[in-house]
Amino acid sequence: MAKINMVQAINQALKQEMEKDKRVLVMGEDVGVDGGVFRVTDGLIQQFGKDRVIDTPLAEAGIIGTALGMAINGLKPVVEMQFIGFSYEGFHHINHHMARFRQRSEGTVNASIVLRGPTGGGIKALELHSESPETFFAHCQGLKVVIPSNPYDAKGLMISSIRDPDPVVFLEPEKLYRAFKDEVPEESYTVPLGEAKVARQGKDITIVTWGAMVRLCLDVAEQLKGKIDVEVIDLRTIWPLDENAILESVKKTGRAVVVHEAPKTSGFGGEVAARIQEKAILYLNSPIVRVTGFDVPYPQFALEEYYMPNAERIIKGINSVMNF
Amino acid sequence: MKSTVKSFSVEYFQVLDSEGNVDNSLMPNIPESKIKEIYHLMVLVRTFDEKLFKLQRSGKIGTYAEVRGEEASEVGSAMALEKEDWMCPSFRETGVFITRGAPRDKIVQAWRGDVRAFKGDKKNLPVAIPVGSQTLYATGIAWASKLKNEKDITIVYFGDGATSEGDFYEAMNFAGEFKLPIIFFCQNNQWAISTPRKSQSASETIAQKGIASGVYSVQVDGNDAVGVYKITKEAVDRARNGEGPTLIESITYRMGDHTTSDDSSRYRTEEEVKYWLARDPLLRLEKYFRNINTWNDEYGRWVKETCEKEVDEAIAKALAIEKPGPDELFDYVYAVMPKELQEQKKELEEEVKQRGL
Ligand SMILES: Cc1ncc(C[n+]2csc(CCOP(=O)(O)OP(=O)(O)O)c2C)c(N)n1
Ligand SMILES: [Mg+2]
Repeated sequence: MAKINMVQAINQALKQEMEKDKRVLVMGEDVGVDGGVFRVTDGLIQQFGKDRVIDTPLAEAGIIGTALGMAINGLKPVVEMQFIGFSYEGFHHINHHMARFRQRSEGTVNASIVLRGPTGGGIKALELHSESPETFFAHCQGLKVVIPSNPYDAKGLMISSIRDPDPVVFLEPEKLYRAFKDEVPEESYTVPLGEAKVARQGKDITIVTWGAMVRLCLDVAEQLKGKIDVEVIDLRTIWPLDENAILESVKKTGRAVVVHEAPKTSGFGGEVAARIQEKAILYLNSPIVRVTGFDVPYPQFALEEYYMPNAERIIKGINSVMNF
Repeated sequence: MKSTVKSFSVEYFQVLDSEGNVDNSLMPNIPESKIKEIYHLMVLVRTFDEKLFKLQRSGKIGTYAEVRGEEASEVGSAMALEKEDWMCPSFRETGVFITRGAPRDKIVQAWRGDVRAFKGDKKNLPVAIPVGSQTLYATGIAWASKLKNEKDITIVYFGDGATSEGDFYEAMNFAGEFKLPIIFFCQNNQWAISTPRKSQSASETIAQKGIASGVYSVQVDGNDAVGVYKITKEAVDRARNGEGPTLIESITYRMGDHTTSDDSSRYRTEEEVKYWLARDPLLRLEKYFRNINTWNDEYGRWVKETCEKEVDEAIAKALAIEKPGPDELFDYVYAVMPKELQEQKKELEEEVKQRGL
């Protein structure tokens, strides 16, 4: 099996789904000739031509709005936002229309569309290139929200997202694009949406996390080996949430920390914590702690290091739960 | 019955042609010394580019967007403004900041991802990263000037790619409808990353996009510093006299990559780049000076050396600025810091102290 990075894994998923299903097309700014600024769509225009790999004008509302129309009319667009922060330029189409067409039409209209883009920080990018907006999307009822943490899942989740009848926002942690390689099968396979994964087994404490933070949490768990036995749950899909996976783990460990890069207040960690207390409060030995970004706009990169949750903060969070 | 209800045309201006010859019928009232000043600033901008590019490659600054090729467009237009006028940049206006007198070291500091660089400058707004979005708040700024009966006007810069965004069309429409004192300055540098101008829109000119909104719209050779100055100055005067907005399509060329993260050889030909290198705005002014016998090589060398020294000093100063502290993350989110943020700030300060970050 070949070892490939996340960029290559997503590229493979797009290629294989385009080969398999003529309705699938890719569109966005600089996705064709340039292959996307991160090269996620590299080589696709050569294979599928410019009617299926479309370099669009620079207009996110235009891209999202027209892609939705294509989906309504039976195509399956995979739309790239050059950076997920620029989806805000078309947010009204996401929330007003993409998320609601099925309900509005009593199930008559399918908006089978994938909106994908680089997400999160840690690469010293310019302002607004490091956003973590998973909560915004999770709060647009009707969308699914997916965020892989490794190349293997990225490929399988992308294939599932393209095949899904509902609109999916697919968040790609840009810090992980080329950070490491996985063994990824060449053939097509799926990783189901809505299923979390136990990324590491442990019995003392549960960390619930997603995206780029999964790697960091796994590193922390290794550091604590022999002292504290940490279980790490990688949500993979933010919404619909795999509540069972979380509850099962917490019932076993009796302790939980939620880790995410987005700001703390109203972050999705609050939702996770609320569900644990609703459904498993009597299993808890201590309060649930959140380790997250601060409640500030993601800063320009001179301050990035201060903002990002790091191993020290996660260990501090774990210790406060363990020593409650 | 059938009749033509309205027809339109788009005018194109050039004062200095690519050989530096003057069209005397269009030559504005501009002292020779001012043209020399423009030239000097353009060399300074070019020098900035050269040195910051290298600095990026050595990891001392972040992603950098070169101005190279657009010096006449930036310096020429900025020279037509008054200090009190509002300037709303996108992200490629290093030359405009320089012309507007921004401290040189601050410009370097900004490219190091350090927002303290923008502190205290009210009329030159911070860089706008979301493409085209600045056109709307710029329009609002101009609107407020009009409502308050103030004489300052607003200029907003953006690229050819930005004119595909809805925000741009909405800004045009408001500015036209309310006859606002604003100049929409489009740097049509032929590319938006890998997207060529002709693939951005089937509209034959960008200027005509303004006409639909009742905005006086015109094209100028953006590599002709004198032409850009003239057209911008006329737009400034019209805006200040209450005659409303102007859209200037400045036709120029992005000689470098989109930014230091880009590789333009993936999508454009060397021949095209060569064609434009021959139309370098700096060369054009040098030819002009030669034509009127006000150039000598010694002057050229002196300008270049002066600029190199100025930029080297700015870089040295910027690199010596101490890294921002954790307070910078919190202090400017609200006028009065909410309690929750005060606590988070304390948390971070303790961590920084402990870890010696
Ligand atoms: C709303 C938004 N979409 C996408 C981007 C990514 N992006 C940055 S610059 C750029 C191209 C801009 O082209 P143009 O407006 O012509 O300006 P130029 O870079 O040529 O100066 C793109 C797509 C962005 N910054 N903002
Ligand atoms: Mg451009």
